[in-house]
Formats: sequence, structure tokens, C-alpha cells
Amino acid sequence: MSLAQARARAGALATQDADPAADAAFLNDCAQACEMFTPLVARDGADGLLLDITGCAHLFGGEDALRARACRRLRAAGLAARAALAATPDAARAFARFAPEGGCAPATEEARARRLPLAALECDVETALALARAGFATLGDLADRPSAALAARFGPRLTRRLDRILGREDMRITPLRAPPDIMAERHFPEPLALTESLMATLERLAIDVAVLLERRAAGGRRFEASFFRTDGMVRRLLVETAQPARDPESLMRLVRLKIDALADPLDPGFGFDAVRLAVLRSEPLHAGQTHLGEERETADDARAFAELANRLVARFGRENVRRFVARDTHDPARAAFAAPFLAAAAPWPDSAPQPVPSRPLTLFDPPQPIEDAVAEVPDGPPRRFRWRRVLHEVAAAEGPERIAPEWWRAPQDAPTRDYYRVEDSEGRRFWLFREGFYAHERGAPRWFLHGLFA
Amino acid sequence: MVQDLRVLRAREDMAPPPGWPEGAGALGARLAVAALHEFYAAAEPDAPGATGFALLAGRALGRGRFVWVRHIDLDREAGAFYPPGAAALGVDPASFLFVRAQRVDGALQAALEAARCAGAATILVEFRGAARVYDLVASRRLACAARDSGARVFLVRSGAPPAPSAAQTRWLVRCARSRVLAANAPGGPAFDLALLRDRRGREGFALRVEWNRERGWFEDCDVAGAAPRPCVAPLSGAVVSFPVGRPGAPDARARAG
Repeated sequence: MSLAQARARAGALATQDADPAADAAFLNDCAQACEMFTPLVARDGADGLLLDITGCAHLFGGEDALRARACRRLRAAGLAARAALAATPDAARAFARFAPEGGCAPATEEARARRLPLAALECDVETALALARAGFATLGDLADRPSAALAARFGPRLTRRLDRILGREDMRITPLRAPPDIMAERHFPEPLALTESLMATLERLAIDVAVLLERRAAGGRRFEASFFRTDGMVRRLLVETAQPARDPESLMRLVRLKIDALADPLDPGFGFDAVRLAVLRSEPLHAGQTHLGEERETADDARAFAELANRLVARFGRENVRRFVARDTHDPARAAFAAPFLAAAAPWPDSAPQPVPSRPLTLFDPPQPIEDAVAEVPDGPPRRFRWRRVLHEVAAAEGPERIAPEWWRAPQDAPTRDYYRVEDSEGRRFWLFREGFYAHERGAPRWFLHGLFA
Repeated sequence: MVQDLRVLRAREDMAPPPGWPEGAGALGARLAVAALHEFYAAAEPDAPGATGFALLAGRALGRGRFVWVRHIDLDREAGAFYPPGAAALGVDPASFLFVRAQRVDGALQAALEAARCAGAATILVEFRGAARVYDLVASRRLACAARDSGARVFLVRSGAPPAPSAAQTRWLVRCARSRVLAANAPGGPAFDLALLRDRRGREGFALRVEWNRERGWFEDCDVAGAAPRPCVAPLSGAVVSFPVGRPGAPDARARAG
């Protein structure tokens, strides 16, 4: 129906442009809300969710109770939800979309699937028409035919789909988020709003997780605490550690630091339904023997330093606690980058010892323009220059060090830079460059200050 | 207990030599372990000089783990830290734990946290401007944390006049003319230092030092700009005159030095 036709039928029609991106984001939020039931949640098309509840149903009092609870949770968010349970993801999708609502025992599932209309195959219009003309009405009619003939006539997609809906072939879903290595969770009979009781619950979960980790001789590097609110919102806190850890006390200290550093506090709203603590990444951690004497000092120091790094990361964020990594390039602006401290360490490449440092201690990004820079000879350093309104008389200079841009990265006609180390009459050392040559490139070359030496 | 012993041992080693030599060789004894030391940039453009001096001194004196806390305002005024520059000075840039703090109080908090940690040997904290949060209480806290853990805390400030604090020493750092090399090329880093305050006495002297990469320590540099005089140990040979931790020094104090 076109918009004009719709307007003719209903006078006061409110319209809104379709926003597929917002729809997808909303579906993602719904998927997060459903992660309370199982860590394996996948999106199904533009308007469906698939939950793999293998081994989860007993936590909610059986499969039907879980289904009812999931529907309640989505309806609370204002959605009309239909849910079905089946042995394979395709069958569940077909039941949810094309069968009257209601559960069924696993034994009767295939019989029920056979009664589904052909539309459940969701094949294209031509195939649907051809099947209808051939006199098929339900999946059962098709299933009785030899599949080789069907595949020869309609392609293998149709038979594969039929097999999947009938449960003859199984396929696992690909979850939105990778399932954690280890997790522990607690569901509350009544929504919980007090932060202290949440923390107490989380502490108990941390102990549970520590026991599981210890059994595997592992320690977590990345932990995630998820708080599921009654209205479907999910708050997640990510805690990372510099070394594998499983001590519940230090983990809780990091979580508390993280909560204190939150820009928007943990808003309980009408309370939380469930809390989960997951270990997203774990590494082997064997119980170490305590050393004596000097060895013990170094081991203690290393541990204390790792804990310091954890606290700093929890307090200031992963991006602000860094280590420096060298990049193999001749472009000075790209020669180093700051990686998160928790990322893998890389040694700094050895370079030939320089009697005088050739690179500045600090670098401006972008380079700062300087004025009144006049060189005695075209390829020489400036005699004086003005930076931040202060005139600097150049007393000593070295250069040029000619650095061409990386042509495979920069635009075609990026000018070459001639770098000079200069010292002014007051002893301050600067790293200047002239962009372009006097002779070859267009316009008068411009001067910039790129860095400052110690 | 072990910690206390280590701190005591380190402090005995760092006791000021009698006679208080004023050359570059005595700098290490002045920048004692388990204490807070302040470095003020004489003017805004001297900020990289103060940073460089504290970095070089900290790295040469302390072989242990190094924490560097930098206030983000400095990046705008003096440029962001450029790791190849540190590598060119002979300091391994991969060995820092670098914290970028959005605010001065955050920087102080991170420094305090690091100073309390037994695993960090040297803490370099830098911030810019007249920071009201850095008062007597805050500096006292830092100094106490350094005293208890045995760490050296170097605090570098720019854009603010020197103010009273609980620091053990307070220095004014200015970039100095370097020893000019052949073809009028600028030489290595040189600094004018003025000791504004030392809790153990003999304040108010000034010296010009130059970084010597081969020796891994500073050496005296004539104010006239002539060739630097190699630093000789003072006559009282029985006490430490060179800084511990210098390459080649007899060094059983791995943690303190």
C-alpha cells in the first residue's frame, strides 16, 4: 500500500521515516536483555532473536517457564513477542512465525513441524508458486517426497531448509558475543536496588568464579560484571588485569574502583533482576611457591606493580594507562604509538647510540606554524623565527635532514620536509622543518615547529 | 619488615657526604631515595628541559620500575611525549608505565597510588599551571608515601612559581646553551640547575650540567660554554660520591639504586 492510499483510508495518519539502523540498535538492546537467560544470543533477521538455551532451562524452572519469562521481559519493554522452543534454530524460527503459539513436547515436535504451511520454508515467490501448483500444502507433504528430486527441481537450499525445520539436520547459532570462559550468576526472586547488596552478591560470585578458575589452574585477565535491570537495560563493567588473577578480594577492589570512576553511576531504577560475573579471557595461572630472600623481594615487587597497574587502569581507563611501542617507519609522526599498558609488551628496537639526540623529547601534533622564519640560503636553517609571539634568535643549527612523506600513504603531492635541529640564544632546542623546497614546489615554503628537545 | 630494612639500607647509602660537593657528581646524593623532589621549569618553554632532566636523572638513578604520570594540559603547551626522543637520550621508552591524567588531582592521585606501591622504584609526575590541589597536604602525602615505600618521586611543574611544600629538594631547571659541535651544530642536552631548597642544608647554589650518554650521568659544564670539566670524585673517598645505579658502579642495591 502506498502512503497516498494509506492516507486516503485513515485521515489522521502519523508517518515516520523508516530507520533500519535504529531498529537494529534496538534489537541489539533486546538481545542484551535476553542475555540474562543464556550467554548465547543471536539476531535472527531484522526482527527476531535466537537463544540457545542448552543447559540453561533448569535455572528458570524448565523450558516453558523460561519461555514465559523471556516473553514477559520483552513485553515489559513494550514489545509484542512470540516465542517458540524447538530442537533446531530453524524449527524454532518456523514455529514462532508460522504456528499457533504454545509449547509442545519434544516427542511431538516433528509431527507439529509437518503440519506447518509451506510459507515456513520462506522460499522465493516462484518456488512457492510452483510448489502450490504441484499440490503441496504442508511441510509434511514435501517431506514424504524423495529429497533428491526436490533438490534437482528447486535447488539444494529448499531441501536443506526443510531438513533443518524437521530436525533432521542441526546447526548451531553464532552468538553476538563470544561466550565467556567461565561465568557465575545469580537471579533474584525480587528486584534488588541496593548497591551494597549487589556488591555482596558480586563478591559471592567472585568467590564462585575463583573456585572454578582454581580448578582449571587458570587466572582471569578480563572480567565482566553484568547487571540486568528489570526494564531490560544491561549495565556492564569491564575489569582488566595486567597478570592472570583470581583473588576475589583484589577483583572486588577493582570493581569498586571502576564503579567510583563511572561517569554515570549505576542507576538501579526499579531494581536489578540478575547479576553475572564472567571471565572473558583466562590464562594459565599455577599456584606459585613463595620464595625466600632476594627472589621473594623481586616476586613481591612484580606482583605489587601488576596490582598497581590494575588499579590505575580501573581508575583512569584502559586508554589512559599506556606503554610505548615503536613502529617501523621513517615518518617521524608515526614512529611511535601508545598502546594500552595491558596489551602485549614489545621491546624497543635498539638503535645506534647517538652522541647528540636527533629526535625531540616532545612532539606537537599537528606541527605548530612559526612566523618570520628567514633562511640565509635556500637550503639553510632560519636565522630567527617567531613562535607563540616570541622571537627566537638561532645560535646553533644542524640540518637539513630531508624526510619525504610516505608516498604509499600520503596524498600524491605532499611536500618533502627538511628538518633542522636549532638552538636559540637562550639554550632552548627546537626541531623545525620547512615544508617544500624553494625551487621545485609551488609557493613560498612554510616553516613549522614540530618538537622540543630537552 | 623487609621493606623497612631496604629503605633503611638505601637511606644509609644516600647519606649526604661531608663537605657537600656541589658538582654534578653529588647530584645523585642530593636526589635521595625515599623522598619527594620537585623540579620547576624556569619559564614555560623550559618545560621539556625540566621533564628531560627529571627523566634522565630518574632513569639513571633508579633501575627499577618507572611510572610516569603526565597531565594532559602539558601536551598542548609543550607537545606530547615522543618516545623516539627518549630512545635517542638512551632511555628505553618501552620501560614506562605511562598514565595520562585529565586533571591535576587525577595526576596526583595516580602518583600517590604509585608512590605507595612497593614495586615502583621511580615515579615521575608532571603537571602544568597553578594547581591549587597541590598544597602542603598533598605534597606531604606524597613525601610520606615515598618515605614509606622507598620510592623516588620526581614532581615536575611548569607555568607556576615555586611554592612551599614538603619536598626534600626543590630545583629550578632552565635549558642551557649546549656545547656547540662541529659546523655550529647544537650539542646534547644541557641544563642550568638552581637548588632552591634542600631539607638537609646547603641551598642556593647553581650549576650547569650536561648529559653524558656514555657515562650515563650528568657532568659539569662551564658556564662560559667551553668544554666540560670531567667530574671527579670529591676527596672524601670513603663515602659515596657517584650516584648509585650508574652503570659500572658496584651495585648490590638493585632496588634502591
